[in-house]
Amino acid sequence: MTNQIVQGILLGGYYALIACGLSFMFSVMRIINLAHGSLAVAAAYLIFVLSERAQLPLWACFIVAVAVMAVAGWLIQRLILDRSARGGQLLPILSTFGLSMVIENALFEQFGADTRSLASAIGDLSWDSWELPGGLYVGKLPVLIFVTAVVLLAGLQLMLSYTRIGRAIRATAEDPDTAGLVGIDARRVNAVAAAITLVTVTIAGMFLGMRATFEPYSGAPQLLFAFEASVIGGAGSLWGTLAGGIILGLAQTCGASLHPLGFLIAGHGVFLIILFARLMFPDLASMPARLIRRGAAA
Amino acid sequence: MSLVVSPSMVQRWTRLSRRAAAAVVIVLLGLAVLPGVLGAGAIDRLAALFVYVIMAAMWNALAGYGGLVSVGQQMFFGLGAYFTVRLAETGLDPFVAMGMASLLVAVVSYPLSLVMLRLKGGEFAIGMWVVSALTHLMVNLDGLIQGETGRSLISLNAYAPGARRDIIYWLALVAMTGLLGGLFALLRNRTGASIQAIRDNEEAAGSLGIDVTRTKRLIFVLAAFGIGVAGALWLASATTFQPKTYFSVQWTAYMIFMVLVGGIGRFEGAILGAVIFFLIETWFGALGVWYLIGLGVVALLFSLFMPLGLWGAIETRFGVSLMPVGYRLEIPPQSRKD
Repeated sequence: MTNQIVQGILLGGYYALIACGLSFMFSVMRIINLAHGSLAVAAAYLIFVLSERAQLPLWACFIVAVAVMAVAGWLIQRLILDRSARGGQLLPILSTFGLSMVIENALFEQFGADTRSLASAIGDLSWDSWELPGGLYVGKLPVLIFVTAVVLLAGLQLMLSYTRIGRAIRATAEDPDTAGLVGIDARRVNAVAAAITLVTVTIAGMFLGMRATFEPYSGAPQLLFAFEASVIGGAGSLWGTLAGGIILGLAQTCGASLHPLGFLIAGHGVFLIILFARLMFPDLASMPARLIRRGAAA
Repeated sequence: MSLVVSPSMVQRWTRLSRRAAAAVVIVLLGLAVLPGVLGAGAIDRLAALFVYVIMAAMWNALAGYGGLVSVGQQMFFGLGAYFTVRLAETGLDPFVAMGMASLLVAVVSYPLSLVMLRLKGGEFAIGMWVVSALTHLMVNLDGLIQGETGRSLISLNAYAPGARRDIIYWLALVAMTGLLGGLFALLRNRTGASIQAIRDNEEAAGSLGIDVTRTKRLIFVLAAFGIGVAGALWLASATTFQPKTYFSVQWTAYMIFMVLVGGIGRFEGAILGAVIFFLIETWFGALGVWYLIGLGVVALLFSLFMPLGLWGAIETRFGVSLMPVGYRLEIPPQSRKD
């Protein structure tokens, strides 16, 4: 039981990692990007190609992938999101869904249905573990992922709170027109925010490839997990995303021990139960955020 | 010079739309006798076209009129097929089972609407997807279906292949006519005015005293029912139920494509979109993955550059409406002179 809880929490780190970009983009641009999962898978393929075919060391692959994906984020914002967001609330959903269809099938065309993994690029790390007192084993990779998630969330939080671009992003999220009055170019800020989002997506995609296998259509489940984690945690709150990821991870690990399909069923189930509870008792909606604020104040 | 020569008139039917209505009746009658004329392959394909029209019209009702973009409508498609298999196992005639299964889908969708309609925009879109994924897993758990093994609609064997094909064709035709006719009638009465007001501006509609939630719930259940019918019909012509084929998000992708290309929120648009999708599938479906990439690119381009779709463009350009669900103001030429 303790083992499952530990593994569940660590798994939650991965979900927080994949969810934070979705949550970040939603809080800044009010857009839920349906291509989020496919983009993470695309990043994983990019790193895979660089490492397997170009034989680059992993850190170099990662840096190249981050740069490429950041530019892709900028372009996606400029060419697609910016334009479709002007057409109302519904169009971005449709255009990002179209984008995900293109990405998934293009990946399939290029790489076929074989599942891939980045495990060979990280050698021992994929199975190494530490033994904790009480006969508990924790994998080094899940711990690394969890720590990365915490560092990334903290970094985003600091960036939003203390840097110039962070302030501009918050101002734009609050009210783009008023932000424009004080000289903030909302289009540029959104493009930067999209680029940052895709950096987080690349990190998530890399870890997806390290901890599991992926194939061209892996994006859809990743999108669902990311969405579930960010909604459970209270959409738009970065630390809530971590809490949401952990709750999702715990539910899945416990579900998996009951039934082969339990992993997914328990995850979706917990998400719907929390959603339902929150809709019935609206006060609960702001609970995680309030608790965190109180915790931070104390 | 008199101030007002003749008053302007509020019209629904124009000469063009009356002719269009007559043409629709003739086309439907023509379609009804086709099984005696065309070969088996063509009849199967036409039945598929009718299913596409149903799906496009239902997704359009939800998104175009209700303002509810769902990425989980494959759930109702899958449930329509699953319930049919389940009911047919009890010894029910397969065609009766199809009808009852569709009604069951509508019944199931009602409590779901109570929860899901509280979500907004993208949250509703992906929330529906999550529910669909969960439903898929639950169907996997059914001992009759055995995971992804699936189950066939064996009782269809009671019908000879030729008769079976014709019955499915006629059922699809009747279902399409009924659902489209029902939607058309709904959009033209008082509820329809509410629905279109909600589409244009939800808050404004609410402030006029329209019960937004009740109206949306009606569309939600209608769309679920219609897509359930589509799933049951698809199962009847494919005969085998395999969960992952029916609960695939691909179905929603097709619906989105048809409605985006045809014209979202336009009654004629969904039908046009379904016909275009059908033609593209017939001509390019064999290209496999490139065909899917092409669908994605076209959907993306339409959402960016032609968000009202082809019918929206035609309507704005020429001011025509074949299936009038709104009103139009006709100003006689002489009063313009004043």
